[in-house]
Amino acid sequence: MAKINLRKMAINQSGTIVAVKVGGELGRRIREMGLVPGAAITIKQRAPLNDPVALRVLDGTLTLRNNEADYIEVEVDLGP
Amino acid sequence: MKTALTIALAGNPNAGKTTLFNHLTGARQHVGNYPGVTVEQKEGCCLHKSKGLRVVDLPGTYSLTAYSVEELVARDFIINEKPDVVVDVVDASNLERNLYLSCQFLELGVPLIIALNMVDVAEKRGLAINTEELGQRLGVTVVPIIARTGKGVDELLDAVLRLSEATTTPQPAFLRYGSDVDETLADMREDLELLDELRAIYPQRWLGVKLLENDEQIVQKAQATSPEAAKRLLARCDEVANHLQHTLGIYPEAMIADHRYGYIKSVMHKGVVTRKFVGDRLYTSDRIDKVVTHRLLGPLIMALVLFALYTFTFSYSTVMVDWLASFFSLINTTIDGLLPDGPVKSMLISGVVDGMGGVMGFVPIIMFMFFGIAVLEDSGYLARVAFMMDRIFHFFGLHGSSVMPFIVSGGIAGGCAVPGVMATRTLRSPKERLATLLTVPFMNCGAKLPVLTLLIGTFFSAHQARYMFLATLLAWIVALCAAKLLRMTVLRGESTPFVMELPPYRFPTIKGLFIHTWERTWQYMKKAGTVILGISILIWAMMTYPGLSDQDLAHFDAARQQAEKTYTSGSEELNQALGKIDADQALMRLKHSYGGRIGVAFEQFSQYAGIDWRTNIALIGGFAAKEVIISTLGTAYSLGEVDSDDSTSLSDRLAKDSSWNPVKALAVMVFIMFYAPCFVTVVCIAKEAGSWKWAAFSMAFNTFFAFIMAVGVYQLGALIYL
Repeated sequence: MAKINLRKMAINQSGTIVAVKVGGELGRRIREMGLVPGAAITIKQRAPLNDPVALRVLDGTLTLRNNEADYIEVEVDLGP
Repeated sequence: MKTALTIALAGNPNAGKTTLFNHLTGARQHVGNYPGVTVEQKEGCCLHKSKGLRVVDLPGTYSLTAYSVEELVARDFIINEKPDVVVDVVDASNLERNLYLSCQFLELGVPLIIALNMVDVAEKRGLAINTEELGQRLGVTVVPIIARTGKGVDELLDAVLRLSEATTTPQPAFLRYGSDVDETLADMREDLELLDELRAIYPQRWLGVKLLENDEQIVQKAQATSPEAAKRLLARCDEVANHLQHTLGIYPEAMIADHRYGYIKSVMHKGVVTRKFVGDRLYTSDRIDKVVTHRLLGPLIMALVLFALYTFTFSYSTVMVDWLASFFSLINTTIDGLLPDGPVKSMLISGVVDGMGGVMGFVPIIMFMFFGIAVLEDSGYLARVAFMMDRIFHFFGLHGSSVMPFIVSGGIAGGCAVPGVMATRTLRSPKERLATLLTVPFMNCGAKLPVLTLLIGTFFSAHQARYMFLATLLAWIVALCAAKLLRMTVLRGESTPFVMELPPYRFPTIKGLFIHTWERTWQYMKKAGTVILGISILIWAMMTYPGLSDQDLAHFDAARQQAEKTYTSGSEELNQALGKIDADQALMRLKHSYGGRIGVAFEQFSQYAGIDWRTNIALIGGFAAKEVIISTLGTAYSLGEVDSDDSTSLSDRLAKDSSWNPVKALAVMVFIMFYAPCFVTVVCIAKEAGSWKWAAFSMAFNTFFAFIMAVGVYQLGALIYL
């Protein structure tokens, strides 16, 4: 298992959030949408210009800008 | 005695709160604003078992913090107005995330009922939810409903009535937030007890949690109540924050959030949710997204959809616009026939009826646009547009959702800034929203087009299409750069996070679409309409008064008599001569009016951009509506009546005039594109921004900006070509 930054994840890659290292409004927004340590996520899509990214968490789809994804560390699942 | 029960509907955006509200209240709803903020307050009423219920639709939120206006409004309403029952609408197909908000209601200890919405969708995805078990574990009643069809709503209202009659008051739920936070909360108890005033309103432990979360509103209130106690409490919060940061590298608010999710997990653990099949449950939505947000296909489809919305708004509404126009011209003809000539008639026709026509003329466009946007919004497509466009707009300090207002305002040449400004309501981030609504008037709306066409046709007839295209391009560049400038100066600040939901695609309900459309249109007529009418009369007066002196009038009468003597009656020459005298009189009258005087006085500044007093007066007239520039310019060149659709006479006149040349035309065009928006737009800006300050700013900023641009173009052009 490898710990990487959410920004570096590929489309269709899955993983589990390890840490969310941001406070303030951004941290609050990230957490209230269910992006908390322990949550399983899957990258779904990237926008045409590669940013933002759409990901699956809990039973919904969220969008996140790359510079916001930087604060999130993920332990990725190995291969399908 | 209270006659009606008040229920507040709360819940996440997209959880179906508004669908339930529409189902409950139908057309019996009223939209207002919360005092001082631009957040809408929707209220309605309904009857259940011969009990009157007042239903308040709170803004959709994911949380109850003090970060956004919506959340503060929702929280304050629940705390200050104490609704008899809070109905928390929860999306059953995304239960865990939705319960995060429910959890915060439990911590606050409000009389709560959970309406578990969209159980049918959840079922289709293989989720079975044991509502009774869920309710027992949370300690509240959970009622499964399908708001779209109204299934379960009666049972929900039964539960509401039962809860409202209950004698026990709900207690705040006692959640654990981990040993560090819990210990701190225990330590804070003594000082919290000193905050008597606050404790009368809020639960004590909740206050502690909010202080730990660094909640601005509560911190301020605590400091105001007891500075001493607040100081000690905040010091204690800092201490644990530092400790957590050192040991675990997280913030207390993260710790608290994690434990809320932990609590939700424990509630949902074993027996509440059964998944019939594993795997991806948003199958259909995902498959649509594979195509619709595809790297190449996505933007293409989006371009088509936006173009379709644009065509729908501006082409299909023309029939109604034409009806209204002929209706108002019929009224004018009637007044014209009934009343004798004079100031009263002039004011009725040019001020009141034309003003009303001006207000009503926008109604079909606004109606069609909001209908189109409602379809895109309710189906979930608008969120995808924001997703695809955000990279570009974020660069200019805006938000992906800004694209819609820009397109409607004239991103495709020929829109209108009035619906464009109103379309900014789909933006939820305050700074980005303000920057959008201040810059959309830079786009080339349908009223600027005939003016630009006239000038391009007169001075650049060889490259008409190219210049028109360049004008559209220039408008985009200037608007986006101006947005960036605003976001770096007066609207400086962090960009709002793009943590946004891409809701599953859904078919919009017809009822929802119509209520939405009607509500917006009615608001425009009621709120903006009256102001627009008033200003319209004011502008009429400015361009009319003071009238010509008796001496001047006598002079023109003498000239007319002279003409009648010189030419045979009914002859072509006589008509021409009389027409010329009428036009001269109109010019003199215009120049003599307050508006005319201002135009003449401003020549000393505008000459740096090559703009003369005649054009100045026309530009002042353009504040009423940009197409008026043509007719006023016609009068200022004593050409009599010039129609904005057929301005050949004016074009010929300008081409022959030695003071006009391509450089001046370019400077004037640039000025017209970017100077103060028409007053209808200004009124809408004031209403949407929630303050006249921004409307005034928009007028001053745009005019100054346009002036600088025009001077630049003129001086540079003069240097190169003249």
